[in-house]
Amino acid sequence: MLTPAHAHERSVVVSAHAVEKVFAGGVRALRNITLDIQNGEFVSLLGPSGCGKSTLLRMIAGLLAPTSGSVRLWPGDNIGETDRRLAFVFQQPTLMPWTSVHGNVRLPLDLTRVARDRADAQVRSALELVGLSEFGQAYPRQLSGGMQMRASIARALVTQPRLLLMDEPFGALDEISRGRLDSELRELWHRQELTVVFVTHSIYEAVFLSTRVAVMSGRPGTILQELDIDEPHPRTDEFRMTERYGAWCRRLSALLALGSGAEESPRSVRHAP
Amino acid sequence: MNVRAMRYTAPALVGLIVLVVWHALVTGYEVPSYLVPSPLLVGRTLIQDWGLLFASLLVTLRIALLALMLAVVLGVVIAFVFVQSRVIETSLLPYAVLLQVTPIVAIAPLIIIWVKEPTPALVICATIVALFPVISNTSIGLRSVDPNLLDLFHLNRATRLQVLIRLRIPSALPYFFAGLRVSGGLALIGAVVAEFVAGTGGTASGLAYQILQAGLQLNIPRLFAALFLITAAGVAIFAVISLAARLALRGWHESELTAER
Repeated sequence: MLTPAHAHERSVVVSAHAVEKVFAGGVRALRNITLDIQNGEFVSLLGPSGCGKSTLLRMIAGLLAPTSGSVRLWPGDNIGETDRRLAFVFQQPTLMPWTSVHGNVRLPLDLTRVARDRADAQVRSALELVGLSEFGQAYPRQLSGGMQMRASIARALVTQPRLLLMDEPFGALDEISRGRLDSELRELWHRQELTVVFVTHSIYEAVFLSTRVAVMSGRPGTILQELDIDEPHPRTDEFRMTERYGAWCRRLSALLALGSGAEESPRSVRHAP
Repeated sequence: MNVRAMRYTAPALVGLIVLVVWHALVTGYEVPSYLVPSPLLVGRTLIQDWGLLFASLLVTLRIALLALMLAVVLGVVIAFVFVQSRVIETSLLPYAVLLQVTPIVAIAPLIIIWVKEPTPALVICATIVALFPVISNTSIGLRSVDPNLLDLFHLNRATRLQVLIRLRIPSALPYFFAGLRVSGGLALIGAVVAEFVAGTGGTASGLAYQILQAGLQLNIPRLFAALFLITAAGVAIFAVISLAARLALRGWHESELTAER
């Protein structure tokens, strides 16, 4: 029997509870964040720059520790240690310039001492997933920004992660490459049965990609509201033209304005005649 | 003329013009050869005294190259130690700087007195001169790692050794070679200066010794010929190091990319 993607049991993958983060120097980055992410979800953290969304993502990755509260991965824990795989995609491609695309993508496997033959085979299939099969021997500098980003995604996928964390991965790309990569990412999420946490400040990107959007506001960062983008897969380029897509974008836009308005209001009151 | 050809022909042309003007002035004003010899005379002396001068060149070159190797080994090891912890670096760096700013002519006599054998004494002097650029560049290089790449390594549970070999060393290579280029010249300068200080108490056979002797005997053409050999040796060392840098960084580092893009 064919099991549809993401139809497996709804277990919690990320559980953040009452998370606070105060950086050295007293900057309060996050306040009282509670967020649960289920297996197979595509959750976007949407907010203005400096709202702490990247900080939250780095905490989920374990690169930062919360000042108080807890972030747990697979807390239900019916999953073995070997299946607790997560991968991180940075804002920049973050490739090593001294080695080929193939070498870059193989890095996570090399670090965990996967045998050469098996690693090379995995690299080839990861490159195929992102459409870079022809470019394994190329050096990063020979690729365009969009292709470098694909290589970076291939490096994340090569370990067959269950949780993919992405920190504004397409923020530095032109609109056209970005739209194409968004579509491909949505496909990859569906086919590879991934759970994705995606940081962005683009409303359009968040609506197109996500099953759920957590709208954040800044200083200190909080989650204003979570919104389920209740639209079926596949979402094609036509979806971007629909009235429903526009309606989602307006709703998120209004929520973001509310967040920044709350922040601005004390000042505007003071300046009122 | 294309750019590549010009890279060699243009400086060669300048050199040729200088030599011709030099020759014309010296012969035109009948400058005696014990003040300024003509380039032709210097060339003739170089050929005549080749046996003597070449033997001296080998002595000096040997000291310079030994010192350079020692400086590379010591410098890289010290840089590795420095980047292990900020405490180690901040406690030791001032002394590395101290070594760098102390004029070698001032400490060479001491070293020559302390170390009885002339060759090791000269090598030590030249090493002290050549050491600092390797330490400082390599340790900056080992620290100049893309922080995101470092995160990536940590996410994949890389060991300290894996981070060093797969990330820090490749990141440091361009910096290391920049330091090596400076140190190559400094090793030669250090060797010559140390020979000068040692004087007849030294190996009594290096190029500096030939310059001293030629000066005392007013054999100015030979002095010029020896000077030319030192310069040529310095250029050769620089060229070899540049070639090594090109081979190591070719294809990925901006400093060694050609204009193909």
